[in-house]
Amino acid sequence: MIQTDILIIGAGPCGLFTVFEAGLLKLKCHLIDALPQAGGQCAEIYPKKPIYDIPAYPDILAGDLVERLMEQASPFKPGFTLGERAESIVKDDEGQFIVTTNRGTVHRSPIIAIAGGLGCFEPRKPPVERLADYEDRGVEYIIKDPEFYRDKKVVISGGGDSALDWTNFLADGVASEVTLVHRRDGFRGHPDSVQKVLDLAGQGRIRLLTHGEVVGVEGDGCLEALTVKHKTEGNLRLEADHWVPLFGLSPKLGPIADWNLNISKNAIEVDTFDYSTNVDGIYAIGDINTYPGKLKLILCGFHEATLMVQSAFKRIYPDKNLVLKYTTVNGVNGF
Amino acid sequence: MTFIRVTVIDREGVSHELEAPTDMNMNIMELCKSAELPVEGTCGGMAMCASCHCYVESAHGETMPEKSDDEEDMLDEAFHVEDESRLGCQIQLADALEGLVIRLAPVG
Repeated sequence: MIQTDILIIGAGPCGLFTVFEAGLLKLKCHLIDALPQAGGQCAEIYPKKPIYDIPAYPDILAGDLVERLMEQASPFKPGFTLGERAESIVKDDEGQFIVTTNRGTVHRSPIIAIAGGLGCFEPRKPPVERLADYEDRGVEYIIKDPEFYRDKKVVISGGGDSALDWTNFLADGVASEVTLVHRRDGFRGHPDSVQKVLDLAGQGRIRLLTHGEVVGVEGDGCLEALTVKHKTEGNLRLEADHWVPLFGLSPKLGPIADWNLNISKNAIEVDTFDYSTNVDGIYAIGDINTYPGKLKLILCGFHEATLMVQSAFKRIYPDKNLVLKYTTVNGVNGF
Repeated sequence: MTFIRVTVIDREGVSHELEAPTDMNMNIMELCKSAELPVEGTCGGMAMCASCHCYVESAHGETMPEKSDDEEDMLDEAFHVEDESRLGCQIQLADALEGLVIRLAPVG
């Protein structure tokens, strides 16, 4: 079990800055994030995009911002549980929260700070009827172990890097048959990967179906075939042991929605005094909270984090008086 | 301030007539959000989420800026994509769009 002072759900910019502000008050933080790396949206969706509204940075790449936040937090030795989703929350006898992830990692903390941004990133699922019936019975949204596809007939959908890379990989002596289905004939992936896919198609080693879209799944218990709607050729039937739709990730509020917090329009309601939620000891900061006048900006999340840790400190140490210390006077003394 | 008329048909088929300012550097996604229509605009307008996916129903296709590679790429990952599909966040409100009619694409 992981014990900490503040358990932060979400390792985006706001969660990372919380580590720093909490550290100044000698509070230790641990972060949980469903993504395999820290940085949230900045790292996952737009690491190479510049941000222009971080004070004192006329522009900074989102990925660089994350790196600097990690550096700023590092003296305070945050712990990380990455690639796992905070699933359930209960209070123990001593009034501490026990948060368990989808992989069973258990965390204990007197304070929870939800800095979950838009929620957990989950694979985007195409709107195909009865798709859910075939999940893990031939339909997978993530390729975990390519060996799983050895000597199978695999259909991949999508036009991005993961679709191209896996097509190339599985066609190289792994799967018995690989078909790539894509909506148009342009691909967004890396030019080298695109060329490789086109070469493989030219050599007849994969089947490339452009201007097509999978619209139907069928099979007796397990996936056996797909229906592809083709722009000019009408509906085609493809035999398939596996279909891997790779359409990127989209955020969902996820299990937090069931934590008995007041939610309004997919966001957690908070008191702007200290960004506390309706549940004592649980705070919500950054894009995931809402209050009158809320703006979803990184810099507002930093402010919210700073006020929130003051309140958290008073909850943990009700008898201690907290005096704001300026870092210019005291420097930053890590753990 | 100059305005154009834009009609947004929501996912229930209800038409909303909106007055859209053309001098506020706004796009269709932002217009829908400011009118409290159910458009998430998750990525903030970077053509990275497709939550503002819509269909252009009026004959404005020609007067609109062409889709950028970013927009095309994102539409690849969107669902229910048709020839008249666009991302609202990539359509800047401009005088030439007077009378524009768009329909919100299904979520998902």
